[in-house]
Amino acid sequence: MKFITQFQCFLAGLFLAISAASATDITGAGSTFVYPVISKWAEAYKKETGNSINYQSIGSGAGIKQIQNKTVDFGASDMPLKSEELAKGNLVQFPLVNGAVVPVIHVSGIEGGKLKLDGSTLANIFMGRIKKWNDPALMALNPGMKIPDQEISVVHRSDGSGTSFIWSNYLSKVSPDWKSQIGEGTAVKWPTGVGGKGNEGVASFVNQIDGSIGYVEYAYAQQNKMIVVQMKNKSGEFVQPNSESFIQAANAGDWATAKDYYLILTDAGGKKSWPIAGSTFVILHKTQENPEQAKQVLGFFHWAYNSGQKLASELSYVPMPAKVTAMIEKTWKSEIKTKDGKVISLP
Amino acid sequence: MELAVGNSKELSKRQRREILGLREASVFTKKFLARRIKRLKWIDVLFHCMTLFFALLIPALLITIVYELYLGAVPSIHKFGLNFLTSTDWDPVASQFGALVPIFGTLVTSTIALIVAVPISFGIALFLTEIAPTSVRGPLGTAIELLAGIPSIIYGMWGLFVFSPFIAHNIQPWMHTHFAGLPIIGSLFQGPPMGIGMLTAGLILSIMIIPFISSVMRDTFLIVPVMLKESAYGLGATQWEVIWRVVLPFSKQGVAGGIMLGLARALGETMAVTFVIGNAHDLSVSLFSPGSTISSTLANEFTEAVGELYTSSLIELGLILFLITFFILALAKLLLLRLKKKEGLLQ
Repeated sequence: MKFITQFQCFLAGLFLAISAASATDITGAGSTFVYPVISKWAEAYKKETGNSINYQSIGSGAGIKQIQNKTVDFGASDMPLKSEELAKGNLVQFPLVNGAVVPVIHVSGIEGGKLKLDGSTLANIFMGRIKKWNDPALMALNPGMKIPDQEISVVHRSDGSGTSFIWSNYLSKVSPDWKSQIGEGTAVKWPTGVGGKGNEGVASFVNQIDGSIGYVEYAYAQQNKMIVVQMKNKSGEFVQPNSESFIQAANAGDWATAKDYYLILTDAGGKKSWPIAGSTFVILHKTQENPEQAKQVLGFFHWAYNSGQKLASELSYVPMPAKVTAMIEKTWKSEIKTKDGKVISLP
Repeated sequence: MELAVGNSKELSKRQRREILGLREASVFTKKFLARRIKRLKWIDVLFHCMTLFFALLIPALLITIVYELYLGAVPSIHKFGLNFLTSTDWDPVASQFGALVPIFGTLVTSTIALIVAVPISFGIALFLTEIAPTSVRGPLGTAIELLAGIPSIIYGMWGLFVFSPFIAHNIQPWMHTHFAGLPIIGSLFQGPPMGIGMLTAGLILSIMIIPFISSVMRDTFLIVPVMLKESAYGLGATQWEVIWRVVLPFSKQGVAGGIMLGLARALGETMAVTFVIGNAHDLSVSLFSPGSTISSTLANEFTEAVGELYTSSLIELGLILFLITFFILALAKLLLLRLKKKEGLLQ
């Protein structure tokens, strides 16, 4: 009797394992920025198709390393790889979703969305050249506003991050001094300030330190109800950080001419664009060894570009415009192939 | 009967047997004993081999780890040489790295931790062994040891959200008003009271190492022979004199060992420090300023480090931390050996 019950349990377990194995597990790693939207997508995708997405938000740099080592199906990075790096690893990249980085401040007396800043002033603050809030440069941008005589405490990221890449890329575009002295990257030599770990670290430091300025992803600023500022964009207009200005920045992106989709949306043209926008890029191998798995991976991204748009907007991300997604799907057909050169069809 | 030592041929058979201690035994007993001895010998040999293996395993692991650290650090050692130890540059974009700031931060935070923790642990241990009523000793001792069980990341979060605002609003302004003006010590208390920085990190480290140091001290104080203490009391010594002149000299070794244990913990502590030290790669003498330690730098930047030189510099930092810990512990051992020698001479 005991043996029969054991055998039944074994058979039941076997059936469960087999049925679980028929649903695919898609693995990805990288940017912490897209983690909220990917986990929302994963939930909805699992309900629809039964496939699960296993995404590790370990940071853009680590995501790039993982996909280069082929330990995951896709990597996600806020910093696009240059064409030489893509060629070296036989990789292909395409943008998945857009978002924005916003400066946040904590100064007594200044409310959300009231303070006006522009690119060169921001660069000078982060370089430590502007040390006080009532500096003439800031007073000139905000005539009539009562700014206290307080020291500026700069908060930046201590860990390497795509958010820092977008931020330093923008500052390099608007300040030649920043470009020559510091440059852009996921981790840079910050001239001044304290470093917080992750968006959460920066947000908590800014909340605690009176007279501080930092930068976070828009979703964090919104969730933690932080005080944001208006920025002067390339066309000379002051814009608030909201979905309209982000969508304008995303639409201003000229993806058609960007080789390997290497385009960073900072300092975008367009009357009402937010100047500090960026995209997250998905990185895949050009030669897929497992055609079935590759089919499921591309199927997920195809779903994300269509049914996932609404979910992304709900979380304050900006979905890719439709003509760009059409371009991207054409790139899949031409670049991503199986070992024998066959194109991978979508499920 | 004289015992003839020397040429055994001169002894009678009986004398020989008595000298060797052999008794008349039956053949059966002899065989049984022989078999038993053989099996015990075999078990003994096995036991010796196993314990030898385990004992050698740890040094072997240690040597392997150090060797791997060295291998990983070779590119950075070749590029920077000894300048690595004296340079304050930390520029991931330009690939220039220097370890002076993390080393300085590690040593300073551990020193602050020891300066604060040793007197407090001393007081706790003395209170629990000499002064407290017996009913209180058990629960109070357990409560202090529970501190050791709190995970370090909880210390980090508590430090960030509760402790650093407290320091920023209460302790730092007081220190600034009273000490910043003084000639030499004043430079230790410059800068805005942000709450996060080397002082807070050192204080949190001290809270973390108090349970270790105090429990070792307590154990050492407990093994002081009661006779010694009672004799001192009998001679008319006060409680303080007994503690200072009888208990403490007797337990010098244990006290030093406890302090070394606490120091080793403080040098390697990662998460609690990463949250509150501010992660800035600037060298500053002031305790209020943010800094970084070797472990906080590794925790922040290792996963995102792209590029061989960056990763190699981080591994070299790890090697340096290992060497610092090793030297401090070796120094402590030498010190204790010297003390023991001195004690031997005096006795």
